[in-house]
Amino acid sequence: MTDQHQPFEGTAGQPRIADRSVKVSATNANVYYGEKHAIKDVGLDIVAQEVTAFIGPSGCGKSTFLRCLNRMNDTIDICRVTGDIRLDEEDIYDRKIDVVELRARVGMVFQKPNPFPKSIYENIAYGPRIHGTATGKAELDEIVQSSLVRAGLWEEVKDRLDSPGTGLSGGQQQRLCIARAIAVSPEVILMDEPCSALDPIATAKIEELIDELRTNFTIVIVTHSMQQAARVSQRTAFFHLGRLIECGDTETIFTNPQHNLTQGYITGRFG
Amino acid sequence: MTSNNTDLVRAGLARRYRAEKRFRLYGLGAILVALAMLLTLFVTIFGSGLGAFTATEMTLEVTLFPQDVDPEGNRDPDVLSAANYRKLISQAMLDLFPDVTTRQDRRALLAIVSDGATYEARRRVMADPSLIGQRIDITVPVSSDFDLLNKGKVDETSAEHERRITDKQIAWFKRLQDRGMISTTFNKRLFTNSDSRQPELAGILGAVVGSMYTLLITLALSFPIGVAAAVYLEEYAPQNWFTDMIEVNINNLAAVPSIVFGLLGLAVFLNVFGMPRSAPVVGGLVLTLMTLPTIIIASRAALKSVPPSIREAALGVGASKLQMIVHHVLPLAMPGMLTGTIIGMAQALGETAPLLMIGMVAFIADVPGGPLAPSTVMPVQIYLWADSAERAFVERTSAAIMILLAFLVFMNAGAVVLRKKFERKW
Repeated sequence: MTDQHQPFEGTAGQPRIADRSVKVSATNANVYYGEKHAIKDVGLDIVAQEVTAFIGPSGCGKSTFLRCLNRMNDTIDICRVTGDIRLDEEDIYDRKIDVVELRARVGMVFQKPNPFPKSIYENIAYGPRIHGTATGKAELDEIVQSSLVRAGLWEEVKDRLDSPGTGLSGGQQQRLCIARAIAVSPEVILMDEPCSALDPIATAKIEELIDELRTNFTIVIVTHSMQQAARVSQRTAFFHLGRLIECGDTETIFTNPQHNLTQGYITGRFG
Repeated sequence: MTSNNTDLVRAGLARRYRAEKRFRLYGLGAILVALAMLLTLFVTIFGSGLGAFTATEMTLEVTLFPQDVDPEGNRDPDVLSAANYRKLISQAMLDLFPDVTTRQDRRALLAIVSDGATYEARRRVMADPSLIGQRIDITVPVSSDFDLLNKGKVDETSAEHERRITDKQIAWFKRLQDRGMISTTFNKRLFTNSDSRQPELAGILGAVVGSMYTLLITLALSFPIGVAAAVYLEEYAPQNWFTDMIEVNINNLAAVPSIVFGLLGLAVFLNVFGMPRSAPVVGGLVLTLMTLPTIIIASRAALKSVPPSIREAALGVGASKLQMIVHHVLPLAMPGMLTGTIIGMAQALGETAPLLMIGMVAFIADVPGGPLAPSTVMPVQIYLWADSAERAFVERTSAAIMILLAFLVFMNAGAVVLRKKFERKW
């Protein structure tokens, strides 16, 4: 491996971004699945109110790293995370941080649409209800409506809020899941390949939605599609074999990659 | 090359289809064998058990002489209850056959009427003391031997000493029939009475109530404990040797012969804790031990089958682990858990051996008044009747089996309904 000993921008010693406010930052993050060292010394800044895309070949650790940002990896017994990951300068792996609170601040949308087997309304209302952010039915209705509006789903479902969320089409289900994430008013939304199970039209809708959501949320998206990364993101991070190879403005990454692995991946030589 | 290949495929086709046909026939054969066995079982049980659902009764004119029933004339219930109704019934019988004179013959004649006749007379008087002094018709059961005679299950042509009733008794019974005093009705005593030494009076009610108390206790204990254990093992327990050991032991417990649980119950619940013998509460505890492994295993399987995406979805919006389990995982796992529980309950309902060990095999002539009262259960009642000497218990045994089967079918239907009700699409 040529990249093993070569110092490059984007790993632990990555320079901090001075002119933009950093929402999430990782330093020397390592993830182990039992014996397997899945993420190696990743250092990365995620800028507020921007879309950051994680790209890289299958198994490069981009999803694993994404799941570190809201501690979804906690659910896996053999998974161990070391290093420093901060949300607004606060170490999210600190003992004082409550994981429930963290996940209320860092929402997540998954690869496969996973609405609860409940009504559309209940899907959206669940988060606000358990967090107690809505007092009374009127406020809850308001949150449900505004979340669906922002997810671009309101017009399609406003007449059937009581029908099951699982009865929607794949693309609608995924927008429902986005609406469900928005309903909790998180600061960051993590999206793990949100379009990989969708057709091109549904994908286009989601991408449009991501662009709109950027004004209110910090978004991190894992994607297999370089075109998608280029279309929706402002910054792109390229992962390879558990390492962060390169991270920078999307335009720079795609037009002038610093590392030859990045170059190879984006030009389709491997991956 | 291609045509050669096609030829080869075509040559083998016939053989492949034959193999498939054979395979299907094996399966069909297996199902037919199973059906035939089931049919044999049902035909045997129904054939011998249906008779128990009808009873032979006799309408007897009884004079309620005041001097026998209520000599003081003050209608004191204690006196009315203790009166010698047997004497009145005997008198009524003897009046019908003035020609029967010898002591031996009179005793043989009185054997036609069941002991239940005196209970019936007492019941009528207690319900309405104004009947005293009147001549009333009471419908009383005949003894089981004559019940069988009436149902044609006694071979009258056999030698007299080979049957339980004499030629004389048969002749008297025929005379009663000729006078139109014998009738055949639905045997409601089978459902309203408890066990009795007289087959014609024996009923299943006590055993049904005992089974219900036992099952209620079993359900009340094993469902929550089983579900809680399954949730802990599936959702919270760390993966280590201790958890593995618990898992292996639960699987082993599911295969332990049930009588072992009975012995355990005898040693622990009766001897150490001094709980009452023959009580449904102890039966329930023992059956809880027996059904727990089944429920835990089924519940764990149900929990495992909840898709991880639902768990992630719940955690992703910030649900705590408890909220994830209670709001999402348990509702989705509930149909599987209920199915497992009802299978466990059906097993418990049919269980005999462990209950023998804790004394639920006693002769109980009363309907148990509560979970602490001595009681028996349906399968044990079947066992007791099957073991009884009187021939009339043969058909009652089969009838009891039919009632038990009806309960099992009912429970399984309940399982299906519950599963449908709780089932949701992902």
